[in-house]
Amino acid sequence: MPRAILYDSTLCIGCKACESGCAERWGLPYNDKIAAEEKISAHKLTAVETHGERFSRRLCMNCVQPACASVCPVGALQKTVLGPVTYDPDKCMGCRYCMQACPFQVPSYEWSSRLPRMRKCDMCSERQSAGKTTACAEACPVGATKNGDRDELLAEARQRIAAKPDQYYGKIYGEREVGGTSVFYLSAVPFEQIGLRLNVPMEPLPETTWRVLELVPDIVSTGSVLLGGIWWITNRRAEVAKKEGPRS
Amino acid sequence: MKIPKITVWRVIFAVIMLSGLYATYLRIFYGLGGSTNLSDQFPWGIWIAFDVMCGVGLAAGGFTLVAIVHIFRIEKYHPVLRPAILTAFLGYSLVVVGLLFDLGRPDRLWHPLVMWNPHSVMFEVAWCVTLYSTVLFLEFLPVVFEKFGLHKPLEWIHRISVPLMILGVLLSTLHQSSLGTLFLIVPEKLYPLWYTPILPLLFYVSAIAVGLAMTIFESWHSSRAFGRALELPLLASLGRVLAVVMSVYLWIRFLDLSHRHVFPLLSQNRIETWLFALEIVLMVVPTILLYQSSIRLRPGRLYACAVMVVFGFIANRLNVGTTGLEAGSGVHYVPRWSEVAVTFSIVAAGFVIFRMIAQYFPIFEAQEETHSPELPKTNEEVPVTVG
Repeated sequence: MPRAILYDSTLCIGCKACESGCAERWGLPYNDKIAAEEKISAHKLTAVETHGERFSRRLCMNCVQPACASVCPVGALQKTVLGPVTYDPDKCMGCRYCMQACPFQVPSYEWSSRLPRMRKCDMCSERQSAGKTTACAEACPVGATKNGDRDELLAEARQRIAAKPDQYYGKIYGEREVGGTSVFYLSAVPFEQIGLRLNVPMEPLPETTWRVLELVPDIVSTGSVLLGGIWWITNRRAEVAKKEGPRS
Repeated sequence: MKIPKITVWRVIFAVIMLSGLYATYLRIFYGLGGSTNLSDQFPWGIWIAFDVMCGVGLAAGGFTLVAIVHIFRIEKYHPVLRPAILTAFLGYSLVVVGLLFDLGRPDRLWHPLVMWNPHSVMFEVAWCVTLYSTVLFLEFLPVVFEKFGLHKPLEWIHRISVPLMILGVLLSTLHQSSLGTLFLIVPEKLYPLWYTPILPLLFYVSAIAVGLAMTIFESWHSSRAFGRALELPLLASLGRVLAVVMSVYLWIRFLDLSHRHVFPLLSQNRIETWLFALEIVLMVVPTILLYQSSIRLRPGRLYACAVMVVFGFIANRLNVGTTGLEAGSGVHYVPRWSEVAVTFSIVAAGFVIFRMIAQYFPIFEAQEETHSPELPKTNEEVPVTVG
């Protein structure tokens, strides 16, 4: 049963405890200067954003059908059964197609490193398999970030909206976006006002390329027969012409 | 040992290579961050859009002419086959050089061959490019064997040549189109003037066109460099084929834009509109001109048309690979000088290596033997018969 994260922006107080919990889990440095950076990067895999008096959080959406994992030529990115999209830095050759393909612009790169890796949140994958919650959910003092079963969290999100319809914008971001993600957002205002992208397609992205890629065996088989056949005919013509000598 | 004469071109070449060398130093010691203007929001720059996407496309003459000469058996094009194969082989080698600059971990270039993900377009491209480079190497080998009079291996390679050539055409068909498929995954990022589900088809047809244009381009340059006669009737008829392929391409492009109802976008005064217009003009003008025999039969004008097609093609690939992605990615990307220096160095090296190989190996001589005597020398092309 896949797991997910529910982030309720109406509860978030912007204390950034999730950021520090995340940094600790990854062994990344965390100080006031890094805390002030309001965007995710190779050294900050989740970030709390301020939008007026509201807060929002950025982290990897761990999509149900992730574009990044589908485009990775070496399979360094994998979608796990429990939900996390994991990354194996030993396989990665640094083509950065995952970054290009991600509709949420999540993957970051260690640009100044001589042996760079891609960095992104992986929903604390080892904690998920151990039945524990993510570091960010654990650190959150007000329950704005919650980690649990995907279906249950989705039901809970719906319940929260139904219980206080005047306090919530009536939709769950991540329920249908790119075919569903493992991170759900609740908000008091339309999602674009807390910095979420509305232009992402509602269908899973891997299908856009697979529609073409799945034709490869057809193209190869049809192409071989066609080209072979054409060569066979033209070659025969050339042989006949050679025997008959030049005609004028 | 003779000291090489100093000429303008040699000085320009030296300057380009020196700047490329310094850029290489920056790339190795300061990483991609110290040598490019790439960012988390804009992970691909001109090393992908030009060095790889244009490099592979400009080398498409190899498979196009192999198909024309050996599979469709239109033998009169034989004299330009070898230069086209050489361009292709060189082109692919230089694409690999470009990749070594662009990959974050160039030492892992071989990973896709061992670690598979058949759902990835990049995986397919990696395999096709690797296999096709091998095919091109084998297609080029007879030139080396001829030069050194190795008849046994020559015979051996002739025996496998037909399946080899068919394989080459298939692999090219796959990866030329797949370079377009790469961008199907970014519907929300790529500007609608360029994003279309038929990108693979458009990439394929335009690769065929630019392959033909490059063949004209090379012949013109080599005839000047080596002071040999230009095979004008032949190139003129290639120009005719180019006009038809370009017309097909532009017509598909028009239909696609109109079916997706994106023409209203052209009324917006944005950078995308202007660069789209540039790309289209560079393709439409030579196409119209090439329909006139007075243009086709004058070397300078024919050459100018080929150059326009090449630049139109480059504009298209750069638009898909960089310009068209800027608005959707929310950042402005201008390549750093070191990115440009590396790209120019690769192109310059390509020109020089081509020239050196053409000087020492029988690339253009082959035409003397195979030039069919019945080919009319003064009049334009004999009617093209398929088969």
